[in-house]
Amino acid sequence: MASRKSNKKTPAEADKYSVLLPTYNERENLPLIVWLLVKYFGESGYNYEIIVIDDGSPDGTLQIAEQLQKIYGKDKIVLRPRAKKLGLGTAYVHGIKHATGNFIIIMDADLSHHPKFIPQFIEKQKEGGYDLVSGTRYRGDGGVYGWDLRRKLISRGANFITQVLLRPGASDLTGSFRLYKKEVLERLVERCVSKGYVFQMEMIVRARQLGYTVGEVPISFVDRVYGESKLGGNEIVSFLKGLLTLFATT
Amino acid sequence: MLLVLLLVYFINHETERSSEYGAEEHSSPLISPNFFIMTKLLEWLLGVSLVAVAWGLVTFDLLGLQLPAVYKEVAWPMPVYLLVVFGCYSLATVGYRVAMFNDCEEAARELKAQIQEAKEDLKKKGLKM
Ligand SMILES: Nc1nc2c(ncn2[C@@H]2O[C@H](COP(=O)(O)OP(=O)(O)O)[C@@H](O)[C@H]2O)c(=O)[nH]1
Ligand SMILES: [Mg+2]
Repeated sequence: MASRKSNKKTPAEADKYSVLLPTYNERENLPLIVWLLVKYFGESGYNYEIIVIDDGSPDGTLQIAEQLQKIYGKDKIVLRPRAKKLGLGTAYVHGIKHATGNFIIIMDADLSHHPKFIPQFIEKQKEGGYDLVSGTRYRGDGGVYGWDLRRKLISRGANFITQVLLRPGASDLTGSFRLYKKEVLERLVERCVSKGYVFQMEMIVRARQLGYTVGEVPISFVDRVYGESKLGGNEIVSFLKGLLTLFATT
Repeated sequence: MLLVLLLVYFINHETERSSEYGAEEHSSPLISPNFFIMTKLLEWLLGVSLVAVAWGLVTFDLLGLQLPAVYKEVAWPMPVYLLVVFGCYSLATVGYRVAMFNDCEEAARELKAQIQEAKEDLKKKGLKM
């Protein structure tokens, strides 16, 4: 009986979702995000794994991750640490290599991306057979929490300019809460050259260029409660540079 | 000058809005990227030069068509009008969207409660911070 059941898997049952969680100094957030992921995946019943890519965080994130692995099991929590901080883009590449799912979900570990949206991403993907499903703060019920007027203005202004110049066919280019078919993500990562912030934007622009289909799910983005944002620096300047590069090259 | 660009933009914008969070087909099928990469920059340059030529033809009557003077009068300040209209449209749109940007109070409350719940549950499961 058991063997017949496992041989007759429907495609839905065969789907597996690998969540990539890059972390750098997220010791407070990591247990919480993992707990939420387990909760929502458990409730919705999809097959999943969580791949934690820690870049040698000095705050001991990795030790916390090891404890979580003991609690939830090695099949659910996969640790793929690297010795030092090598950046977000390469963290994804590193994670993809170890992912066993046929779908990959990319999200921040800082609780600004809530796992409750993942079942919606998955339904959206199934509904339209999309190559990529992107969370969007700019449409429908999507939105933000903890942003002042200035930050909203910059965000909306930058998004407007991007829409005019690139006409990307997606409303949220800089958000990084997305679901990809694994082979699509592999192809995109291979082609994307930008670093840091612009990377997310390039991924979706190139996806369009290659003719991949994009679905969108409105998400609420709650600014991180614990820890600091590491991307800070001169975001606006690097955003404009990246935008112009994409404008000239895609 | 910006007429074509505006048109292209609006058309695109509308299809995008009407597609209900779904995907519309890949844009710019005019030229296949396999043969020649029509970058967004080139698309803009092409659009701008087309409008510029049309504007020049009418305003300076380059073809010697002896167009009625009215045409010329309407045409020559067109670029400025369009720029102003586009500027106003941009400001209005961005302003409106900033004002309408959802504040997810409810989501923040929910998250806070869940963080509490998670902490207690994780403690029970033996997590040491
Ligand atoms: N592995 C790894 N993760 C990183 C690195 N930089 C940032 N992260 C993680 O990437 C996510 C997003 O970073 P964050 O600082 O929140 O960026 P922001 O949301 O744009 O402010 C978080 O989960 C960080 O812990 C890095 O160099 N290596
Ligand atoms: Mg963040």
